[in-house]
Amino acid sequence: MRIYLDHNATTPVLPEAADALAQATRDVFGNASSVHAFGQQAKTALDDARTRVAALIGSEVPELVFTSGGTEADNFAIRGAADALEPTGRRHLIASGIEHEAVLNTLKALARRGWRTTVLPVDESGIVSPDALDAALTDETAVVSIMHANNEIGTIQPIAALASLAHARGALFHTDAVQSVGKIPVDVRALGVDLLSLSAHKFYGPKGTGALWIKRGTRLVAHSTGGKHERNRRAGTENVPALVAMGVAAEYARLRMKDEAARVGRLRDHLESGVLAKVAGTAVNGAPDRRVPNTSNISFDRIEAESLLIALDLDGVAVSTGSACSSGTLEPSHVLRAMGLPTHRAQNSIRFSLGHDNTEAEIDHVLAILPGIVEKLRSLTTRTVRA
Amino acid sequence: MSGGVDSSVAAALLADEGHEVVGLSMQLYDQQEGEARFGGCCSLDDLHDARRVAAAIGIPHYIVNFEQPFETHVIDNFVREYAAGRTPIPCAHCNSDVKFATLAERSVGLGAERVATGHYARLERDETSGRVRLRRGLDRSRDQSYFLFSLDQAQLAAAAFPIGHLEKTAVRAYARERGLPVADKPDSQEICFVPDQDYAGFLARRAPGIEQPGAIVDERGETIGRHGGVHRFTVGQRKGLGISTGAPLYVLELRPAEQQVVVGPKAALERTELTASAVNWIEPEPTARRRVEAQIRHRHTPAPATVSVLGSGHAQVVFDEPQLAITPGQAVVFYEGDVVVGGGWID
Repeated sequence: MRIYLDHNATTPVLPEAADALAQATRDVFGNASSVHAFGQQAKTALDDARTRVAALIGSEVPELVFTSGGTEADNFAIRGAADALEPTGRRHLIASGIEHEAVLNTLKALARRGWRTTVLPVDESGIVSPDALDAALTDETAVVSIMHANNEIGTIQPIAALASLAHARGALFHTDAVQSVGKIPVDVRALGVDLLSLSAHKFYGPKGTGALWIKRGTRLVAHSTGGKHERNRRAGTENVPALVAMGVAAEYARLRMKDEAARVGRLRDHLESGVLAKVAGTAVNGAPDRRVPNTSNISFDRIEAESLLIALDLDGVAVSTGSACSSGTLEPSHVLRAMGLPTHRAQNSIRFSLGHDNTEAEIDHVLAILPGIVEKLRSLTTRTVRA
Repeated sequence: MSGGVDSSVAAALLADEGHEVVGLSMQLYDQQEGEARFGGCCSLDDLHDARRVAAAIGIPHYIVNFEQPFETHVIDNFVREYAAGRTPIPCAHCNSDVKFATLAERSVGLGAERVATGHYARLERDETSGRVRLRRGLDRSRDQSYFLFSLDQAQLAAAAFPIGHLEKTAVRAYARERGLPVADKPDSQEICFVPDQDYAGFLARRAPGIEQPGAIVDERGETIGRHGGVHRFTVGQRKGLGISTGAPLYVLELRPAEQQVVVGPKAALERTELTASAVNWIEPEPTARRRVEAQIRHRHTPAPATVSVLGSGHAQVVFDEPQLAITPGQAVVFYEGDVVVGGGWID
């Protein structure tokens, strides 16, 4: 039995979405830019997909630009807005210290090109304080980028309050909503943001698809140039079958969210309270009452998270120590460190992220094996190394 | 699993014998810091190779982060030793203080009975005494037992060297036959964490104070040249002195306190005695003295010698014949035939 508790890394593709992808791959091969019937069929499929994704986040249909995923959407938002605002003299960017690398490394890249950047601190539960943002904002701030829900701890930021502060100083506000879209209700108008990134494979759609929501009237400089795809904002022939599948996944997310969020939340709470009760020296990281319902980040005293992850995997349970990076290496989490956790605690934290496919029986199984694994790892005292 | 052919075949052999094998690769430095990239056995490409090999064998594979223990036990020691005018062997420290220490301990936590590596060395377990005997690899030209002398009995008991009884050609043949993607990958020769084998540059970046220029002196103490730092030299070195005289000159001694490099003719490199510290006995420790063949560097033909135990981990080694360039910081390893009796660090 293999149990998947790493849905913040990626989710299994919804069978209906996989079927739609396979069917569209076979039957909808036309280029959505073509004039003929084949092209029109593809264009219609694309429009339907866009309508479904738009409905998930309260967007108008033309405000959505399809991308290859969350990272591209983040890059497009920040670089596109930065390039558009540079002539106005705004050369300052702000992000929080717990952003995904897609945002943090984009800021670093722009810093190398002469942009001033500010990385905001978070409190011990991972929340960005509006006061800190207010203090960092200047009349030169071009873009503020603060994620909606954090990938490692699930903490939900007070986006509406933060966005209104940015707007008061004339800055654009971007939020990386990759970890919230599909898990909790996301309404772009209620959030009051200008730019919002989302990714299909976090809500049971295929990888390689995502979108940037661009509030009507917001000017961005396109970073891929070519044909007039996506209203001149993202050149390149659209991956219609995958986007169709994304649309199917978005519709399922919208229709099932209320029930699923409650069900997954109960499972997560069952797991979390079970771990805290059965394993001594454990603590939950993040803001227990302000987080997405599927995520639990737990520190295990006197444990290398790396070893616990491997031991659990060898016993068929897939978890994570933080964000999965491309090299697959295991490093102390920059998110937990930004929250002020000491390095050892940032190195002994495990992220459990649940999803549609998890059952109570699975959680019970994890709770049955976890205490023994932790006990075994803890029984090994560090070997004294001779000088 | 370093991503090289030796550890790849070691893993494949164990899996093919029916053992449950888990592949671990050590990340020893920050792969994200592209500019300070290390070469050699532990680069990002090598970690990918290890992963591909594990997939080909059909075993799980994990990259474990060992930056901190590697920094503490290997790199810091390496820098300290050079700063002290010695010539260290980081691979031996990596074996006894990282691979068969931290890594072995983690492996026990995962339920492993042994830690297997791709070393060319052999282990024999004596069921009656309970001791483990360490022998040279069967392929004498590839033998790595010299770098394993500091493993204690507990570490050896938890170790396995599956390719120790194979010739290198047989290892490559096995890899090809098994379809491992690294079958024809070139061997790594250098020290993995020193880019382009530029020791002096690496040391200067790590310990900026190390670059102290000084005098090159002859055996009488007469200054005959200048140098850019004693860390750039090793005992026995001939090239790179920047001095042209009639007879070739060799580095005889490094005096870091005075920033002096002492040079002289080849004959002056000969010594018959040395003392060693942190001596580790793999065979039972002799009560007073023992006849051995002592090897003073990786590529040295062991020479007959008598080891006397001095207590507190110290030993004196007296060779029957003078040996060239006994180098502080290197290991002296005691053999009896192909059995590793013990060894220590040359003072």
